[in-house]
Amino acid sequence: MKKLNLVLVGNGMAGVRTLEELLKLAPDLYDITVFGAEPHGNYNRILLSPVLAGEMTLPEIMLNDLAWYREHGITLHAGRTVTKIDRVRRRVIAEAADGSVTEAGYDRLLLATGSTPFIPPIPGNELPGVLGYRDIADTEAMIEAAARYRHAVVIGAGLLGLEAANGLMLRGMDVSVVHLGEWIMERQLDRAAADMLQSSLEAKGMKFLLARHTEALLPARGEGVETPARVGAVRFKDGMEIPADLVVVAAGIRPNYALAEAAGLYCGSGRVRGIHVSDTLQTVTDPRIYAVGECVAHRGVAYGLVAPLFEQGKVCANHLANFGIGQYRGSVTSTKLKVTGIDVFSAGEFAGGPGTEEIVLHDKQGGVYKRVVLRDDRIVGSVLYGDTADGSWYFQLMKDGQDIHAIRDQLMFGHSFGSTQLGDTGHKGENRAASMPDSAEVCGCNGVCKGTIVKAIKEKGLFTLDEVKQHTKAASSCGSCTGLVEQILASTVGGAYQAVSAHDKAVCACTELSHGQVRRAIREHKLLTIADATAFMEWKTPDGCATCRPALNYYLVSTWPHEAKDDPQSRFINERAHANIQKDGTFSVVPRMLGGITTPDELRRIADVAEKYRIPTVKVTGGQRIDLLGVRREDLPKVWKDLGMASGHAYGKSIRTVKTCVGAEHCRFGTQRSMAMGVDLEKMLFGMWSPHKVKLAVSGCPRNCAEAGIKDIGVIGVDSGWELYVAGNGGIKTEVAQFLCKVATPEEVMEYSAAFLQLYREEGFYLERTVHYVHRVGLEHVKKRVVEDAENRRALHQRLLYAVQDYADPWAARAADDAEAALKTPFETLHA
Amino acid sequence: MTLDTPLDTPRAAATEGEWKAICALTDIPRLGARVVASRHGDIAIFRTAADEVFAIHDKCPHKGGPLSQGIVHGREVTCPLHGWKLALDSGEALAPDVGCSKPFAVKLVAGQVLLRS
Repeated sequence: MKKLNLVLVGNGMAGVRTLEELLKLAPDLYDITVFGAEPHGNYNRILLSPVLAGEMTLPEIMLNDLAWYREHGITLHAGRTVTKIDRVRRRVIAEAADGSVTEAGYDRLLLATGSTPFIPPIPGNELPGVLGYRDIADTEAMIEAAARYRHAVVIGAGLLGLEAANGLMLRGMDVSVVHLGEWIMERQLDRAAADMLQSSLEAKGMKFLLARHTEALLPARGEGVETPARVGAVRFKDGMEIPADLVVVAAGIRPNYALAEAAGLYCGSGRVRGIHVSDTLQTVTDPRIYAVGECVAHRGVAYGLVAPLFEQGKVCANHLANFGIGQYRGSVTSTKLKVTGIDVFSAGEFAGGPGTEEIVLHDKQGGVYKRVVLRDDRIVGSVLYGDTADGSWYFQLMKDGQDIHAIRDQLMFGHSFGSTQLGDTGHKGENRAASMPDSAEVCGCNGVCKGTIVKAIKEKGLFTLDEVKQHTKAASSCGSCTGLVEQILASTVGGAYQAVSAHDKAVCACTELSHGQVRRAIREHKLLTIADATAFMEWKTPDGCATCRPALNYYLVSTWPHEAKDDPQSRFINERAHANIQKDGTFSVVPRMLGGITTPDELRRIADVAEKYRIPTVKVTGGQRIDLLGVRREDLPKVWKDLGMASGHAYGKSIRTVKTCVGAEHCRFGTQRSMAMGVDLEKMLFGMWSPHKVKLAVSGCPRNCAEAGIKDIGVIGVDSGWELYVAGNGGIKTEVAQFLCKVATPEEVMEYSAAFLQLYREEGFYLERTVHYVHRVGLEHVKKRVVEDAENRRALHQRLLYAVQDYADPWAARAADDAEAALKTPFETLHA
Repeated sequence: MTLDTPLDTPRAAATEGEWKAICALTDIPRLGARVVASRHGDIAIFRTAADEVFAIHDKCPHKGGPLSQGIVHGREVTCPLHGWKLALDSGEALAPDVGCSKPFAVKLVAGQVLLRS
């Protein structure tokens, strides 16, 4: 099939990002031609501020060099400005500075013409030395001016203006910032935060002239004046004049839509101007023509930050690749100021409004200001100054629409507060990303330090958590440092960082669909095999990958028990071999001991097996069982047979242990028979696969010797019955279980526990622990279905019993006939 | 289904040795692997969904993980220890990781897996 022609107008971040996404989805669909007015490859415009400030160099901010275009067979016409789109003949016409003309025909056209700085019609704005701040040329002109002149005036105290002023100041200029508003960054900050920011910038030497109306820019006078005369001063309406050898106008941007408008594409009228696009990023006028980036008006909004542009690019690429999934519905944006040593963050409706309430923490002396705006127990905006470490956390809560009622009293103390209170492990220093030294270890599993991550982000142009995981391995093992890595990413790339909500995140690179969407499709369309599921959902890879296959397998068997067939090849080796793989490739075997109880006979058999198979380590586990470590793969079936005990599932995303204390059976304080309760629960749950491992504990009295407070389900016997706790965790991140309800009888303990676990099995995402599941859906949701709705509780209980009924012990099944069958199992080694 | 698919990579072809029958294709699960003990150490023989067979040294270049125990997808395997991905035909780690697990010549003749070692 002949390839289609795709032409991109605008070689900037939004357009090229769209191409990158497109090449990932459909690398061979198009012959691609790119026109760019600037004579460079694609660079990271957001990092122009650090370049101006002398903290980075131009080569460091290149995203795609010319080799990248060559590698992907893309024709790049750099330094050529497209002057006309001929929609009838479907051609674009470009001109170079020397007047030469280039033409290209298109089947699909992508416009990403960006924006230009808005220069207000002030007399004198045409003088040499008056600049907007947009591209490499502007940056170079500013650097050059800083080397020769002394006085700089920046008009506009928005994000860009302050970054420009900071850069010029660091390059030795005397900088005054002129602003029309009452306070600086008024579109991002409230007055209190703005005042604090202004004071610290003044302390660095920046001068401010607020509520000033610029009347004219005046040419330089007197001796040594160049011809034509360069700008020399700024005059205000009140008559005041200040010297200015360089004037940077940062009074906002205007979408570049002249080309599109001339081609007859609708670009709005009145207030919102820009190339009007639909939710598929197609122009409303011509479906062959797409547009992304700052030139676009989508649902009446034109974005000037990079994160929304990347979101647009992703959706646009999906449609260009003919996948047709995904709609762009607008973005919620956040802002960070890239001025070294000053931390400012703002997002959403920071100023509040009707129906909102706010929580403010203001430590003037300590230089910390935090303001979180709430509506109906949900965050709708926030402003942080001085300590912005929790910015991305608030932002995520805001985007997810998370109900914060339960954490309201500690919201202002930040994400790490709750966990540090609990003796957090492996998390120390989270949210301190910016102040960490480069040598500090971030990922304890893979030994990755901050410097390595920052270097990879800058050198390889990484923007997403997944990219950082892939390139550095940080956050790719246990995940406890994910928050910290995100912080580092956010503080390194600034506004370009787009945290992906866990709800919408694609399962893996094999699909665009999220866990929730995949689960729904399997349920609604009764998909029963992995092949059916991947075919139906148009997976991009033939057999998926090691991330999605185990998830799909779980969703199939949990949604359609006894109907969907379990696929061993889509399970991780631990579940396939029914033993835990260890670092040297040997396995560990943990026999089940219901409720942590064993017998002399079992102990004798375990001892015999350990001797017979020369098992080097015998260890008591944290879950009251015995672990035989260092078993050779070939010996597994024989070990199981000789043990004659059931599998402890110590390896599975399944029920692990039910830990118990000795309870009323022996203990003088015991109020309830915890051992019997533990055994009954463990028997009921045998063979239960779940999104992640599940652990329970039963204590016979509130002394809680079984440590039920940090288990997925904790049961605590009291004189009048049993208290039930859910969603605790003693692992990567210690979390105390939350009180679910109190019941009177052992039968109720069983029913409520089963119902909670079944709800988790049906709604949890693969690899999501109960704590994260409950955090996502809210404890109220769980209570409504498990505690308040008796009928639903019984139905959940029944569904769990149905799912585990007739479950055969995997060890017994595999050890039954080892003489013949085991030879054919994957446990046996072949010989060459 | 083709039953005779020689897969001599240039690298493997250079090694000395003769073809030796190992097992039937059906002794290896689809999207799975078996371990063959040889004078070169353990070799993992993989079977893809399309019934192609590949053989590479059963040791991940990263930390020696047994690749035979990993999850097979397409013509790749993911190491069970730390998730490195390797190409089954060349034994090369997939970018951004760098490293290689030695490939061995393997072919299918009349449903039998032959390995040259």
